[in-house]
Amino acid sequence: MSVAEQTTGAGTQGSTFGSLQMRQVSRWYGKTAALTDLDLELAHGEFVALLGPSGCGKSTALACLAGLQPLTTGSIWRDGKRIDSLPADKRGFGMVFQSYALFPHLTVARNVEFGLSMRKVPRAERRRRAQAALDLVQLADHAGKLPSQLSGGQQQRVAIARALAIDPEIVLMDEPLSNLDAALRIEMRTEIKRLYQERELSVLYVTHDQEEALSLATRLVVLRGGRLEQSGTPEQVYTQPASAYVAGFMGYRNMISARVEQVESDPRRVCVVAGDLWLQGTADPAAGLRAGSEVMVAIRPEDIVPGRAGVNDVPALAEVVEYHGRELAVRARTERGVVLHFRTEKPVAAGARVTLGAPEERVLVFPAEGRAEVPDDAHG
Amino acid sequence: MTLTAEPGTPATTAPPRPPQPLRHRLAERGVDWTLLLILPAVLIIGALFVYPFLYGLSISFQPLEGGDPLANYTDFFGDPYLRDSIWKTLRLAVPVAVLSVAAAAPLAFRMRRDFPGRRIVTLVVLLPLTFGSVLIAQGMTQVFSPTGWTNLLLTSLGVPQQQFIYNYTGTFIATTLVSIPFAFVMLMGFFGGIDRSIEDAAATLGASRAARFWRIIMPLAVPGLITAFTLCLVEAFAVFPSAILVGQPDNATHVLTLPIYQAASQRSDYPAAAAIAVVMTVLELVILGVLMLLRNRLYRGPATGGKG
Ligand SMILES: Nc1ncnc2c1ncn2[C@@H]1O[C@H](COP(=O)(O)OP(=O)(O)OP(=O)(O)O)[C@@H](O)[C@H]1O
Ligand SMILES: [Mg+2]
Repeated sequence: MSVAEQTTGAGTQGSTFGSLQMRQVSRWYGKTAALTDLDLELAHGEFVALLGPSGCGKSTALACLAGLQPLTTGSIWRDGKRIDSLPADKRGFGMVFQSYALFPHLTVARNVEFGLSMRKVPRAERRRRAQAALDLVQLADHAGKLPSQLSGGQQQRVAIARALAIDPEIVLMDEPLSNLDAALRIEMRTEIKRLYQERELSVLYVTHDQEEALSLATRLVVLRGGRLEQSGTPEQVYTQPASAYVAGFMGYRNMISARVEQVESDPRRVCVVAGDLWLQGTADPAAGLRAGSEVMVAIRPEDIVPGRAGVNDVPALAEVVEYHGRELAVRARTERGVVLHFRTEKPVAAGARVTLGAPEERVLVFPAEGRAEVPDDAHG
Repeated sequence: MTLTAEPGTPATTAPPRPPQPLRHRLAERGVDWTLLLILPAVLIIGALFVYPFLYGLSISFQPLEGGDPLANYTDFFGDPYLRDSIWKTLRLAVPVAVLSVAAAAPLAFRMRRDFPGRRIVTLVVLLPLTFGSVLIAQGMTQVFSPTGWTNLLLTSLGVPQQQFIYNYTGTFIATTLVSIPFAFVMLMGFFGGIDRSIEDAAATLGASRAARFWRIIMPLAVPGLITAFTLCLVEAFAVFPSAILVGQPDNATHVLTLPIYQAASQRSDYPAAAAIAVVMTVLELVILGVLMLLRNRLYRGPATGGKG
């Protein structure tokens, strides 16, 4: 039995949901801005993944949308109606909190039933729907426990069940799978996607996990210091990150500081140099790169091909080889010390000499910026 | 243990494991060096309270005149004036505790979040605590005198002059003034421990302000309210200076501490004083026991809902 089988959801007030918009929202905490002029839209049926490093304002954005935080400036609209003074309890969004925020004095079952009892759902149906929600997160056996008697990952799943039990149209999730083990995380991810499809949910989903974002979302939104950095389909953001910052989030593990040697007649083609690494790369003409510009070169480990004679070939020494099952993840170093990460299915031993190359359209060149802002943990 | 037992040798039970080191076994029961942390308080209370208390208990059964060991108790309960002091104490202490918690709880609840002037409010509320009851009683004799500002204010509003002091009201006001900040400090801790995101979660699930209060805040706060109430009650039980200074010590505010004081300091009848003190202690212990029992039946776990 799944929650989706349920009859009329109590949370479907105004089942005509079209879009939820945040317009020019700023949120200041004292003198620091957590959000600055943020425009964010969640259209009906969208699954938007909100990405960004710790402290960039993801949770704040969710709290503002849910009506839990006052807006310093800006407004929130739902289907053309301004709702920013509508209290949180009238918005009917399902929300999974980063801190879970379970009711510590209520059993797991009561936690999940809470939203339903607020909606005056009759007791029997409440039970049934809570049970279904708990089945969904595989916690049916723990219904009678208090939250403090559960592990962190179990608590997190209760939080998911509680938010989904009210059958909301709009779901805001703040890193809902962060505390689960790898297998459970993938399983829950699939469950969330299934529910999203079956119930035609509209989801705004905060995550640090690039893979989670790509596999779930219909659109990615990357935040940076409380501002919008890039918004687009997973493919757009994945293949054409707007900046080195976004690339850092999208698994471009090789981030190499370099200098432009030459811009070709086609302004998309640039030649850059970093140590003994000479690379033909691709840049956005709008970036206005010219010879001598400091740049950041971003290459995904998957895009570096060993043993390939072609463009951008460079000899290197394999230093560290990690076994990843189907393939190997290798860290290599060129003669002048440039570190390159690549993946290969062919056997490579640590200490082996390799020749590495990368297609020039997969060597992305961005204007240099503070590298420090690209978080280390964001690399896939 | 050994599944591949040699043929012929009968499969035996698992060999006895070597005992765990003593240190581990003790630590499992909570016995370790950090136990030393309880020493200072236990020593002080043991030396300065438990011993004198037991001494008092024993002399209460040794009346000055000798004879019936229960004489002091029969004297106390036989004299309606003395016996009534139990009732008078309760009549003062219970309303004081109720009012203190009732006034301090909303304050402490709202103090969790910042607002302009929060520090000033905190300071003003806590001030009576630093004054102590003697100073407050002294001040009250001025403020509430027939020519003090309260009565001037009342008369200017057309209300007849009121007698605020040298009666039950005077002691009540003085005791409450000290009791409110006391309750406030305690409740701040209790309310502060209630994770705010829990309320947020309740709100997103459709709980109105009232529902959040009754379904979430109250259940989590009640143990704290009971504790605060209990301590305020016990505190008010021992009321003494204000019962004399702004009360009516021979009548309406003839609380239990007064006959104790009179017996001990004026008649030098320590056994009689000890007997009344024992009565007072037993009464307090009964109330304490009932309230703690009540509290233990409620949810007492953490007031946070997950990580962080
Ligand atoms: N209550 C608060 N008071 C002051 N500053 C705050 C408060 N809450 C958040 N901030 C600040 O606002 C910024 C954004 O915080 P937010 O919680 O939205 O980050 P986040 O993107 O969710 O980070 P994480 O991935 O670590 O959860 C941070 O710089 C944080 O320091
Ligand atoms: Mg967050």
